Amino acid sequence: MTAFGEKLANANEQLKIINQPAGLPKFEEKFKQTGEDKLSARELEIFQVNIGKLCNQVCKHCHVDAGPDRSEIMTRETMKLCLDALSKSKIQIVDITGGAPEMNPNFKWFISELNKLNKHIMVRSNLTILIANGFKEYPGFLAENKVEIISSLPYYTASNTDRQRGEGVFDKSIRAIRTLNELGYGKENSGLVFNLVYNPIGAFLPPKQESLERDYKRELWNRFGLVFNNLFTITNLPISRFLDYLIESENYLSYMNRLISAFNPAAALNVMCRNTISVGWDGRLYDCDFNQMLELPISGNASKYIKDFDPNSLTNRLIVTGQHCYGCTAGAGSSCGGSTV
Amino acid sequence: METYYNPEDLPKFETMKEGSPELWNKFSDWYGAVFAEGALSEREKALIALAVAHAVQCPYCIDAYTQASLEKGSSLEQMTEAVHVACAIRGGASLVHGLQMKNVHGKLTM
Repeated sequence: MTAFGEKLANANEQLKIINQPAGLPKFEEKFKQTGEDKLSARELEIFQVNIGKLCNQVCKHCHVDAGPDRSEIMTRETMKLCLDALSKSKIQIVDITGGAPEMNPNFKWFISELNKLNKHIMVRSNLTILIANGFKEYPGFLAENKVEIISSLPYYTASNTDRQRGEGVFDKSIRAIRTLNELGYGKENSGLVFNLVYNPIGAFLPPKQESLERDYKRELWNRFGLVFNNLFTITNLPISRFLDYLIESENYLSYMNRLISAFNPAAALNVMCRNTISVGWDGRLYDCDFNQMLELPISGNASKYIKDFDPNSLTNRLIVTGQHCYGCTAGAGSSCGGSTV
Repeated sequence: METYYNPEDLPKFETMKEGSPELWNKFSDWYGAVFAEGALSEREKALIALAVAHAVQCPYCIDAYTQASLEKGSSLEQMTEAVHVACAIRGGASLVHGLQMKNVHGKLTM
């Protein structure tokens, strides 16, 4: 959308739409059904860092609006600030996302430095980048550094995957998974974890994670002889390109009603923002990757930039919420690690 | 009333409780149990429901079980095959009655 100068590429324009009353209950009121008055953070456990919006794919549902035209990239200086912050905190998990994080020129350096800090590193890879020219040695590099890989594969057939992620993406993804499997990724006792992510290909909620994981494992093995560890089901949030799709297809209100009618207090108590901090490409801090894309920064007196990172100020902070938060609290819940209940 | 079928009526299904709460509750409990994971998965049950919805030609059920099938993880290909099964049974059910026609024809003709 940014590439085409579309109005909805602007975060404020998105917020105007999702926060319009339209007779929908406010998330902040609904959240009180949990028995808690407001959503607040707990101790930080996950450091999620978005190292750039540059990507070799243009997926229809992408909440980052990522693509080959995006120039927002984290510099090595900002990465150094992330490393400083991590070295003085107890956080053990670093979740690297993008865009295609591999396309950041300092990606390998960052991984190597994180390994020196003995952190558990997760990379959200779109798979196709791992077999692209210039990146073919990356699977081996990730394996050497024991990096956990998490990759989207919206379905176990080509037509459904390509509808969301672009023509030919499924076949390339299968080739990339084969490469990862050959390195040991996704195989029992290899120590190399490879997880897949399912996003609904449209205006509906994801299936139950366990039952869909069974289907994926059976079908990917029977059709292609491929394996993986876990499947994470993630609900599409009504922002960015998916919001554009909802409006264009006249599904916006029915989708919001679907999310709201499926509000689950147990899922609301387990949302990922409670134990995660999200770092933007420019070093700004957010409660989650979705707030980052909506340009909703951390509130109150907590640290606002990575250079001022203070874990104590971020614990117990009030989380910035909005109508988009219904996406993480519907049904079995949704997070970057899949369902939450 | 402009049409007999109105999409906005579907979410009001539960108002059928008003005339007979006891019967509604029995139906509702049984309905929920029928669609719970059992020997068949929830996904398989939603596909059967989608096929039956086409056989009984219920627009409400087609709407509800298209969404349910998607939310249980079925693809368009699987849902289309389920509809074809319903159509095959409907078509086959008509055709097999041709045997009655043949029986009557056999009795009446030399």
